[in-house]
Amino acid sequence: MNDGCEVVIGLEVHVELHTRTKAFCSCPNEFGSEPNTNVCPVCMGLPGVLPVLNQAVLESAIRTGLAFNCEIASFSKFDRKNYYYPDLPKNYQVSQYDLPLCRQGYLDVEMDGATRRIGITRVHMEEDAGKLVHGPVGSGYSLVDTNRCGVPLLEIVSEPDLRTPEEARAYLEKLKAILEYIDVSDCKMEEGSLRCDANISIRPAGSTVLNPKSEVKNMNSFRAVQHALAAEAERLCAILEEGDQFILETRAWDEVAGVTVQMRIKEEASDYRYFPDPDLVPLVISPDLVAQVRSALPELPSARRQRFMADYGLPAYDAGVLTGSRPLADFYEACVGASHDSKTVSNWVMGEFLRLLKAHNLEVEQARLTPSHLVEMLQLIDRGDISGKIAKAVFEEMFISGSRPREIVEARGLAQISDAGALSAVVQQVLDENPVVVEDYRKGKEKAMAFLVGQVMKATRGQANPQLVNKLIRERC
Amino acid sequence: MEIYDLTAHELADLLRRGEMTSVEIAGAIFRRIHDVDGDVQAYVTITEDQAMETARKIDGERLQGRDLPYLAGVPAGLKDVLCTRGIRTTCGSRMLEHFVPPYDATVVAKLSASGAVFTGKLNMDEFAMGSSTENSAFFPTRNPWDLGCVPGGSSGGPAAAVAAGEAPYALGTDTGGSIRQPASLCGIVGLKPTYGLVSRYGLVAFASSLDQVGPMTKDVRDCALVLNLIAGHDPLDSTSAPVPVPDYTSFLTGEIRGLRVGVPREFFGDGLDAGVSAVVKDSLAKLAELGAIVEECSFSHAEYALPCYYLIAPAEASSNLARYDGVHYGYRAMPPDGGEYDLMEMYMNTRSQGFGAEVKRRIMLGTYALSSGYYDAYYLKALKLRTLIRDDFSRLFEQFDAIASPTSPTPPFRLGEKSNDPLSMYLSDVYTIPVNLAGIPGISVPCGFTDGLPVGLQLMGPVFSEGTLLRIAYAFEQHTGHHRARAPLGCSGSGESGARQAETAGRQGRRDAP
Repeated sequence: MNDGCEVVIGLEVHVELHTRTKAFCSCPNEFGSEPNTNVCPVCMGLPGVLPVLNQAVLESAIRTGLAFNCEIASFSKFDRKNYYYPDLPKNYQVSQYDLPLCRQGYLDVEMDGATRRIGITRVHMEEDAGKLVHGPVGSGYSLVDTNRCGVPLLEIVSEPDLRTPEEARAYLEKLKAILEYIDVSDCKMEEGSLRCDANISIRPAGSTVLNPKSEVKNMNSFRAVQHALAAEAERLCAILEEGDQFILETRAWDEVAGVTVQMRIKEEASDYRYFPDPDLVPLVISPDLVAQVRSALPELPSARRQRFMADYGLPAYDAGVLTGSRPLADFYEACVGASHDSKTVSNWVMGEFLRLLKAHNLEVEQARLTPSHLVEMLQLIDRGDISGKIAKAVFEEMFISGSRPREIVEARGLAQISDAGALSAVVQQVLDENPVVVEDYRKGKEKAMAFLVGQVMKATRGQANPQLVNKLIRERC
Repeated sequence: MEIYDLTAHELADLLRRGEMTSVEIAGAIFRRIHDVDGDVQAYVTITEDQAMETARKIDGERLQGRDLPYLAGVPAGLKDVLCTRGIRTTCGSRMLEHFVPPYDATVVAKLSASGAVFTGKLNMDEFAMGSSTENSAFFPTRNPWDLGCVPGGSSGGPAAAVAAGEAPYALGTDTGGSIRQPASLCGIVGLKPTYGLVSRYGLVAFASSLDQVGPMTKDVRDCALVLNLIAGHDPLDSTSAPVPVPDYTSFLTGEIRGLRVGVPREFFGDGLDAGVSAVVKDSLAKLAELGAIVEECSFSHAEYALPCYYLIAPAEASSNLARYDGVHYGYRAMPPDGGEYDLMEMYMNTRSQGFGAEVKRRIMLGTYALSSGYYDAYYLKALKLRTLIRDDFSRLFEQFDAIASPTSPTPPFRLGEKSNDPLSMYLSDVYTIPVNLAGIPGISVPCGFTDGLPVGLQLMGPVFSEGTLLRIAYAFEQHTGHHRARAPLGCSGSGESGARQAETAGRQGRRDAP
């Protein structure tokens, strides 16, 4: 991209809160149920029904606002956003317009070792719409699934403070980590519980004007957000270089083609006719409630990262990776709690554990391998029962089968041979079979020693204790 | 006196004393309906089978010596805007002509639990928009005092049914006067409770910040008894007030000495029918005679109430009625040639065909008032006016226990008289609308006749002052006896019978519950 262009990015993130029930009725808030089963007259918008706010939604929203360093309004209200669409049974969405619950927060994002503070304009509550399931092409019908109607959503709007697609991705990752830490949402983009739209514009470096922006939609992963923004920045930069006019437009990311495609031009902007929802009373939020929610906030990622460095003596890199998600950090702490060398644990968790999770496309909480598995395995290493090399195989098997490490070692006869008597015959045989190498060693070739140890290890299928083998060879040469 | 002429409490006493059964009473009411509803046309749906079953059940329970609620076994009618599980709820609209709710409104559930025997669903102006019941998509209801006249609206069906003996009492709803004005025009008692006293859950919304359910009864005691049954906090309605509910009959002392009643001069200005004015002034003199301190006062923003209401109510309605789009339930337009509409065509044809003219007029007014660029000038301005009107009342209530006025500026008018003049129709509610805007209670009580047609006296009080209003209304009623007059079911006009017969015949097919 041209160095003369400055990219200006702001993100709008919608997250579904994982409260037990929906925002305004007592239907279960569950993903993946049979269509139109988690419904009642209220979320289906039948004539005469009324919404009643789920207190858990309010508390989750305050919790989120506090985690993003927002001001929590003492007075807030719900508004109706009016528009017609078949997945919206009332043809209005209960949302918040001019008095959002949370305002003026920020999020610190680490980029290349530096910290960038990204402003958060607002966090507000609203209800989700249903889903249209279109019939086969040419069938002429679409079906409506109203299960998602009334699922509580937070809309989190950033300031246009982001300057690169990479930074946008880092912001999203931090945002997700925080939402997981405070346990308000599942944040699963593939299930739609976290959705992101991006606003992007471009200007000559050093300029402060805001040119007409593109709103980019249809991005289904953080990677997609980064790539879509890079592609759109490229396109806008070309417009700037050509001296063409920017237009306010909505564009969709085409993942396969790797380009953004125009959806609509925003000239005839929709008029949503927002007005206060007369069915819901204004919210008066007491300082007591805010204080109560604040006191229940868990430790957030940056604080935990600092603590990992201070308490466990971990390098900044390790602490950053381990605290990047709450389940991973919890996993790590559950292991070190059993008083193992903290760096060794970190190496296993960051190395083998993350590698296998990625290879099997699993989340930490889906793994069959638990902290107690790892702790038990580390004890086997410490006692010299298995070697580090064997441990890798044991780890992988624990990860796949969920079996205890001791069982694996016993079942597969992987225990390390640390008995000099048991090894001496093998050692003698190797020495007898390699007289030339033995001679080389006696002449002072250290490489020859490595070869001889390797032969013993091979003969014992890696189970011999290498230190002991070393000792035995020296004694006999 | 005939059974159908009795009040709910008189019927309840007969039941308690074992002099009549609920089945006999319900039978008498349905006979009355079959006899006169062809003329009155109060019912959209008659639920005789279900009613008789409930009546039998209540009789059985009474026979077993069960301690039943006071009004158990007494029939009741419901305005067709209140959702009834398994019984269609049309709101007087083509849009919901075949809509059968899967749930009961809270007020319906409460009456049910008190042993009410529901006679059916009563006619109304479409989506409660109107003051004559002529905006019903099905047929107009007629005034039992003069079948050539309207019963008022939008709760014209409930008012006419009660006045004609087709239901001992009914529930209506009031957004700008829709209980009080028809009560006045039909010579019955109608109460619009304080906003939040009665649950709105299951009341099909017209204007959410103004709508309330209330009793429409033959006398004030019935009004207090029914309010006892329906008032109280409902966790399903966020705007429902968590206040304790007194026994409203305890206010019926007949004694009003020393109560201060204000009479705003603005409610006696231009547009008030001379006959109505005279009757209401006599009534105020009667209150004074009974020991109340009646004084003139001023309601300075009175003239702004109507325009304020006609911005706020349509604005809310434009959003509340957006759900009737043919997608999920209710009327859906189909292309005449058997082809297919695309989504936008389906939306537009459904709403154009499914709604009547007045509903469309108000949806357009409301959409305009909320539109970007007009919001501040219209909707926001109206909200500010609403506050001023509320403040006017607050000031008056520092001085007075209640405010009195005519309920309607005119006696019942003739069918068709105002249907082509929306503005003059809107003026029917000029005295009742301020009460809804302020969220305070108002009651209309029969106070005499002009040219043989009923006139109502409106009493308004501070929030949750229903007890005081019932107390004044009861004392007035007991000393004047207007509530004992019964409608003649005659017709002062001529040449209307034939037309009426034809309409009645056309209605039969729609009368039965699905």
